[in-house]
Amino acid sequence: MSFTTNHPASREQAKVMNRFDITKRMVFRLHHDEAVIGGIGYTNFDLWAAGRRPQNFYMLGSMGLAVPIALGVALAQPHRKVIALEGDGSILMQLGSLATIAGRRQKNLAVVVMDNGTYQITGGQLTSTELGADIVAIARGAGIVQSAWAADEGAFEELIDLALREDGPWLIGCRIDKEKPAETTERDPPRIRDQFMRGLGVKK
Amino acid sequence: MDEEASGRNWHEIVVDVLKRHDVRLTTYVPDNVLRPLIDAVHADPFFTAFSCAREEEAVGIISGAWMGGLRGIVLMQTSGFATLPNAIASLAVPFQIPVLMMVSERGTLGEFNIGQSLVAKTMRPVLAALAVEHHTMSRLDEVEFILDRSITQAVATQAPCVFILSPLLTGGKVFAK
Repeated sequence: MSFTTNHPASREQAKVMNRFDITKRMVFRLHHDEAVIGGIGYTNFDLWAAGRRPQNFYMLGSMGLAVPIALGVALAQPHRKVIALEGDGSILMQLGSLATIAGRRQKNLAVVVMDNGTYQITGGQLTSTELGADIVAIARGAGIVQSAWAADEGAFEELIDLALREDGPWLIGCRIDKEKPAETTERDPPRIRDQFMRGLGVKK
Repeated sequence: MDEEASGRNWHEIVVDVLKRHDVRLTTYVPDNVLRPLIDAVHADPFFTAFSCAREEEAVGIISGAWMGGLRGIVLMQTSGFATLPNAIASLAVPFQIPVLMMVSERGTLGEFNIGQSLVAKTMRPVLAALAVEHHTMSRLDEVEFILDRSITQAVATQAPCVFILSPLLTGGKVFAK
C-alpha cells in the first residue's frame, strides 16, 4: 500500500509523542464538523482539554466502546467523518470491534489509538502493547488495510488529513508518552449527550 | 406456537412494530431462536443488520446510532445479556440513551445446559438493580402491545428497555439428545 510506505513498519520504530500535543494537532485539523468519540481515561481528558466541540462525545465508563459508538454515529450519518479516539488498554478490550468496522467497510470512520503501553490512570501497569502486541498489525489482520503508525508529528498530521479526505476505515497508531493530562473531563453524562446530539444536528 | 387471528407469528409482529417506530438498525450476536427474526431483518432492505463480536459492542453501536439520529435494537440470548451490566450502567442509563434490547430467553422451561440455566438467573435481578424497564413476552397476543407501547416509552423517557422472549412464545430451544 503506497500510503504506508512513508510510515514505520512497527511500533518500535515510531517516535514517542506527547498526547496533548497531538490531540490538539488532530482537533486543529477538523474543519467539517467531524464527530470525535473520546474513549475513557487520559485520552478522553486531553480531548476535553484540547477544546470543547459540540461534535465531541466524551465517554465516562463503558471502557472499550469508543469504536462501536463511533461506528453507530457513522452509520447514522454517512456523510460525516467520525473519529474514535482510544487508548491501548481500551482497544485491547474490544479488538473484535476492529473486525466489525473492517467487515462493514465503513468509509467515514477512522480510529486513532494513543499507545503508551500502560494503563496509566490506574497506576501505570503494563498493557500487552509494551510486551510486543502491535495494534496496527492487529488492525491490518482484522481487515483494516489502511492502518499505519505515525512516524512523528508531521506524519500524524498527514495521516489525519488523509483519513479525513479519503474513504476509510482507517486506523492510526500513535506512540505517546506518560505525561499527565492537561485537564479532567466534566462528568455530566446527560449534558455531554445532549450537546453532542445538538452538535450533530439531531436536536435543534 | 399458535398464530393470532391475523396469522402472523411473533417475529413478523416484531418486524412490523420495529418498522412502525422507524427502528432501522439491528445489531446482534446470533441465537437459534432469534433466527427467523435475524433472517427477516437481513432480507428486508428497510433494515441495516449485522452481527457483532460481543453484545457490548452491539450496545455501543446502537447508542452511537441513536445520538446520530438512527434508531436501533440489539438482539441476543440470555448469556449475552450477562455481559452487559457495565455497558448499561455506564453508557445507556447515565447518558439517557433509549437502547432497545431483545433477549431470547434460555436457561428455563426445559434447558439442557447447566451454564445457561445458571446465567439466566442473573438477568432479572440485574435489570431490577439497574431499574431498567423490561417485559417478558409469553403470548402472541401481547407481543404487539408490549413492543409498541414500550418503544414509545423508551424514546419519550430516554431510557433503555429490554424485551425478553419467553420459550412460551417462541418454543425455545429443544433438548437434542
